[in-house]
Amino acid sequence: MSAQDRERVVSAMREFSWVGVRFDSDSGHNDVRVAISPAEFLGFSDYLRNCFDARPELIVAEDSRAECGGFTLRYIFELPGCDVFVLVSTLVDKEQRWFPSLATRWHLASLFEREIHDLFGLIPLHHPDLRRLPLHQFWPADYHPLLRDAEPPAVFEDDGRPFPFQQVQGEGIYQITVGPVHAGIIEPGHFRFSVDGETIVNLESRLFFLHKGIEKLFESMIPSRGVELAERISGDSSVAHALAFSMAIERCAGVEVPEQAAWLRVLLQELERLYNHIADIGAICTDTGFALANAHAMRLREDILRLNERLTGHRLLRGAIVPGGVSMNPLSNKQIADVLNTIRRVQHDFDEVVAMALDNGLVMNRLHGTGVLNNPTARDLQVSGIVARASGIDADTRRDHPYAAYNKLRFKVPVFQDGDVLARLMVRVEEARESFSMIALVLEALPSGERLHPITTLKPGASAFGLVEGWRGPIWHWVVVGPNGTLWRVKVKDPSFANWPALNYAILKNIVPDFPLCNKSFNLSYAGNDL
Amino acid sequence: MTLEVAITALQWLVAVLGAPLLVGIVGKTKARLQGRRGAGVWQPYRNLRKLLVKEVVISGTTSWVFRLTPYVVISTMLLSALMVPVLTTSGALPFLGNIIMLMSVFLLGTFFLALAALDAGSSFGGMGSSREMAIAALAEPTVMIAIFAIALRAGSTDLNEMVRRSVSDPLLLLNPGHLLAFLSFVIVALAETGRLPVDNPSTHLELTMIHEAMILEYSGRYLALIEWASSIKLFLFLTLLGNIFFPWGVAVTPEPVALVIGVVALAIKLGVLALGLAILETSVAKLRLFLVPELLSGSFLLALLAVISFFFLR
Repeated sequence: MSAQDRERVVSAMREFSWVGVRFDSDSGHNDVRVAISPAEFLGFSDYLRNCFDARPELIVAEDSRAECGGFTLRYIFELPGCDVFVLVSTLVDKEQRWFPSLATRWHLASLFEREIHDLFGLIPLHHPDLRRLPLHQFWPADYHPLLRDAEPPAVFEDDGRPFPFQQVQGEGIYQITVGPVHAGIIEPGHFRFSVDGETIVNLESRLFFLHKGIEKLFESMIPSRGVELAERISGDSSVAHALAFSMAIERCAGVEVPEQAAWLRVLLQELERLYNHIADIGAICTDTGFALANAHAMRLREDILRLNERLTGHRLLRGAIVPGGVSMNPLSNKQIADVLNTIRRVQHDFDEVVAMALDNGLVMNRLHGTGVLNNPTARDLQVSGIVARASGIDADTRRDHPYAAYNKLRFKVPVFQDGDVLARLMVRVEEARESFSMIALVLEALPSGERLHPITTLKPGASAFGLVEGWRGPIWHWVVVGPNGTLWRVKVKDPSFANWPALNYAILKNIVPDFPLCNKSFNLSYAGNDL
Repeated sequence: MTLEVAITALQWLVAVLGAPLLVGIVGKTKARLQGRRGAGVWQPYRNLRKLLVKEVVISGTTSWVFRLTPYVVISTMLLSALMVPVLTTSGALPFLGNIIMLMSVFLLGTFFLALAALDAGSSFGGMGSSREMAIAALAEPTVMIAIFAIALRAGSTDLNEMVRRSVSDPLLLLNPGHLLAFLSFVIVALAETGRLPVDNPSTHLELTMIHEAMILEYSGRYLALIEWASSIKLFLFLTLLGNIFFPWGVAVTPEPVALVIGVVALAIKLGVLALGLAILETSVAKLRLFLVPELLSGSFLLALLAVISFFFLR
């Protein structure tokens, strides 16, 4: 399927015969790589959009001045309906430092371009909104940390100017500032509401308080250290980030993981999805004031965390996935029985908790129609994962771009149309049910044999992406190998990056006290977004 | 006279010192109902002790109102505890037991809390004040009318007198007006004391808070006073529910035996009401803020029907 799609896309592009389009060597994967000059890039991206309805899902900048005499920009376009990605790369002049902006075509691209503007000092031409994104005001204006020759800045000082939030004017409109420090044990983020009485007319969020230079930290690490860092990008998505990173490394090395490792990776991912979905369902209920469901959800989550520990030695499943396979002992019959028993017990109680919440009229009243993200907005913002599936977008990486052993499993991708808090809750409920049955299937079909193909050699300059469906949504890792098998550039995209702006739209016309509930139904990662 | 003073002092102490225990019992029962172990019933006292020794942090933008309010709030509650017939109707201060005066004193505390919340200038305090005032404006008249339904039958707005008259009425519970007034009073008591489904006393989400949003800026002993006052308010509302609507057991004479019965009766009534509150709070969710006025107008309607029924069903 993938090979046919690939042929079709390549021949279509050849037919169009773009001057300046250069097809790079065949990578043997589901990506088509082309290189193009910045001057022709906009025309080419319009062509991709018109012919394939393609959307850029990831934009990566690389400081390759020493290697190719300029900055390399890479755009990964996803083509809906087929398992092919178009990787477009352009070279930005190292003196002029500008590149054509896609900001007016795709909103997500505008965010990536702001990020590149801050971290590399490259200028997206005619970008309508170049306010700072990852670097806050105390970073010196001419300091760009991802440049290879960046020195640590001498001065760290607040420039004293308030961030230029969008101003809403009108009679009776006032602003509510929330955060960055919140009550409860959650991460920092600032929310600026403009409200008319209790009704929200505008919300702007300012994040990146947790920007800790993850991508810089990756540079010159060896892959076995890199996977440990990847696990810590967002604590609740350890498995997914480690897997995306490992898959990118494996593709760079041209290594296939052993059959059993592929199945165990499915097991690990579904366990992670389960404990997060169950916790979220409880948390959504507790935000409506229905603490009973949460008390039980937390109990079930704990059951799975303990199971995780018995299986891998770590409650959050860290250290289990490594480039080349998994570092787990073979599952004994006793362990398999333990997993099956635990899962069966948890599933039974899970169904009861869900029924208890959904049968409660007051809970349903709070969930129904709250925080609606409609389908066109969701598409325009390129939201992904749970949020997308709750707004009628039928996409799931596990099915559309299968990896590990997902192509050997049959499972349903739940899609709901309403886009409200209830829809996001129901996507989680249905996905958790699928995960329960998938885990049982994996244990039934688990092959024996090797679990790890160690990666010995990595060719300098090799590059690849890893894409997995984490419990929040698709997680991307782009890896370029440097000298001596070290990492030269790693770019990470957590689904939160695309989904945070959607929250600002979903909450419009809702009342202030419904914001925490709506926010919880998105449950986005601050750490994964801020990097 | 000495005996009456002693009795009054006793029932006042029961109310103001027993109030945190009631909060502890509700919290413990809720935890058990949710399948958790929960903190012990004495936890509220430990919290108060902790807060009393902790440092007080006060925003630099506040005025004297902010510092005065905790004392006003606790004073109003200490005064209210003198007005409500907790154990007996034959206290030493019969002139104090008036329902209109009781409601005015309650409202005085609420008013100062709302002022203090605005004082620090934080957005949460402002939101809390505006919501609390909106709810108070709907809840206070309902409390009055629900009690009037009883007062009409007793022929007096004096709480002691109302209890005394009702004790001798064996057919009390068969009176529809009485039950309507009871239901109405339950709903407003939940609103007034900031319980579910109107307000969630155990949330950490500032944006959803009502009562808690108003006291976010308080810390240390000021917070201890306000927490103590809130627990007394809950105690008094549950006592009113127990003693006005189910008056049996309240001592009408200042005799030791009657007093002992009064204590036992109060413990049983509060125990049942606390259990009911815990069950309610476990089984409902918080209402959408804009549905709270509908709930309260429903409650108002019940109270009104209770009053009307008095004239039709004597």
